[in-house]
Amino acid sequence: MADTALFDYACRLGDDSLILGQRLSEWCGHAPMLEVDLSLANVGLDLIGQATHFLKLAGEAEGKGRDEDKLAFHRDVLDFKNCLLAEQPNGDFAQTIARQFLFSNWQELLFRELCKSSNATIAAIAAKAAKEVIYHSRLANEWMVRLGDGTAESHGRMVEGLDWMWRFSDELFEVDAALEPLIASGVACDVRKLRPEWDARIGRVLKEATLELPQARRATVGGRVGHHSEHLGHLLSEMQFLQRAYPDSRW
Amino acid sequence: MYTTELKDKNQKPQVAAVVEDPERLAAFEARVAADDFIEPKDWMPEAYRKTLVRQISQHAHSEIVGMLPEGNWITRAPSLRRKAVLLAKVQDEGGHGLYLYAAAETLGTSREEMIEALHSGRAKYSTIFNYPTLTWADIGAIGWLVDGAAIMNQVPLQRTSYGPYARAMVRVCKEESFHQRQGYEIMMALAGGTDAQKRMAQDALNRWWWPSIMMFGPPDENSPNTAQSIRWRIKRETNDELRQKFIDVTVPQAEAIGLTIPDADLKWNDARGSYDYGAIDWEEFYAVVRGEGPVAKERMQARVKAWEDGAWVRDAATAHAAKHEAREAAE
Repeated sequence: MADTALFDYACRLGDDSLILGQRLSEWCGHAPMLEVDLSLANVGLDLIGQATHFLKLAGEAEGKGRDEDKLAFHRDVLDFKNCLLAEQPNGDFAQTIARQFLFSNWQELLFRELCKSSNATIAAIAAKAAKEVIYHSRLANEWMVRLGDGTAESHGRMVEGLDWMWRFSDELFEVDAALEPLIASGVACDVRKLRPEWDARIGRVLKEATLELPQARRATVGGRVGHHSEHLGHLLSEMQFLQRAYPDSRW
Repeated sequence: MYTTELKDKNQKPQVAAVVEDPERLAAFEARVAADDFIEPKDWMPEAYRKTLVRQISQHAHSEIVGMLPEGNWITRAPSLRRKAVLLAKVQDEGGHGLYLYAAAETLGTSREEMIEALHSGRAKYSTIFNYPTLTWADIGAIGWLVDGAAIMNQVPLQRTSYGPYARAMVRVCKEESFHQRQGYEIMMALAGGTDAQKRMAQDALNRWWWPSIMMFGPPDENSPNTAQSIRWRIKRETNDELRQKFIDVTVPQAEAIGLTIPDADLKWNDARGSYDYGAIDWEEFYAVVRGEGPVAKERMQARVKAWEDGAWVRDAATAHAAKHEAREAAE
């Protein structure tokens, strides 16, 4: 039987990982140094792996015969459920690191909780991914400190990068009507409860990086219901090109 | 990926400017002839050191520039599995670059110097990466042919006389043979697919075949450094020997998936136990070595841009490390 709530939740989790993984893969071959190129590719690979598992689960929950590739390559903007943060453009390296910093610190807490999910598949995926994400947030935190407390130029770029990304952070902790029943049944994590710990982590790293917490402002939201930024459509048109141009082919 | 003596035909072969101590030289030659490994702290003739720095850094540059043609398709890979495999593959190439630079650094040249030589055009990289990747099938063709050719070249280098290079090659070869199988698997899927996919596969083979067999370098009669390099165990087989080996292995692979090698003169020669093949357009090869490959400008522009755009990041990392150290010292 179709489980639309689980389908939606698995899409949210999978799309976060897929879209950010796609963004990170854009860096491949173009990073500031070889070591960074390798680390960004590593993080991207982990995310694409997570996406594959979550979207497979989504397809099974939906019960219409769509597999992870069908979901990744044949949905349009309105059906993507990733957070807006994940789809933001790479910008310069500071902007990329700001995005990773906010996202991975959140995802690390999220997966730690999802290891206890009442859905065994989600718990298993989270258990494996939790270990990976600890490395992602460590990498991002280290770069935040290096760039924030590096040169005047890197500090300035970090301020800009953080300023770009900050408006999308509230969305990470949003709970809507679709999520409530899943939280009640122990499938989903109540992300609202993660906020104090996340705030504390972010504050600690920013302090070490000699950066200020950006000013509070009206949150930009919409990703979880398919209302995205203008950037997602372009990302999808590139990512989905082959599957769309040759729909009946196997690769 | 791989590099061979990528010198312009008109460039003079290198002459050792230093006169070496004949006793040390004789001892060195004897060690190399006995298949001993030479290690960074060992004495070595200047010409050996220079040849190695040139060869290893060219090899490293080839890995790094080689990330670009394949990187061109990561964001457009046709399935999640293909995307992950390609990203991992290109990341492997970056890793190869890293340990090759490290191997070259043991000879006294810094990574920055080598990169500067690449960006200024003084250092070469494999000609193959100056061809464009037009369709997804090119990713298959590169894995199958280019990595296949690389393996032919690199397997003997696992026994090359310079220890750090030989050890780097052991690791590189393991990964390359994995890449080669992945590339062939992509081609197999396309060759067995729709008409549009078959067309992509055959077209990719048509475009990559000749540049791939050129990767082994000029014919032996035009390869001035070969004799010395073989004596020094920097090279273990000649360009033509390796090329023949590659062709003999690859032709049946193409036949097995129904693709046609674009060479009308290709014919099995029973007496030789090898394939005869048509004339290679060496003018094209030398033009590409001179930097006249179809996308040579794009490749260099991408590398220089990444390096220049990243300068502030590297500066910040250095500045932060210095601050951190000063603070630790003060505590």
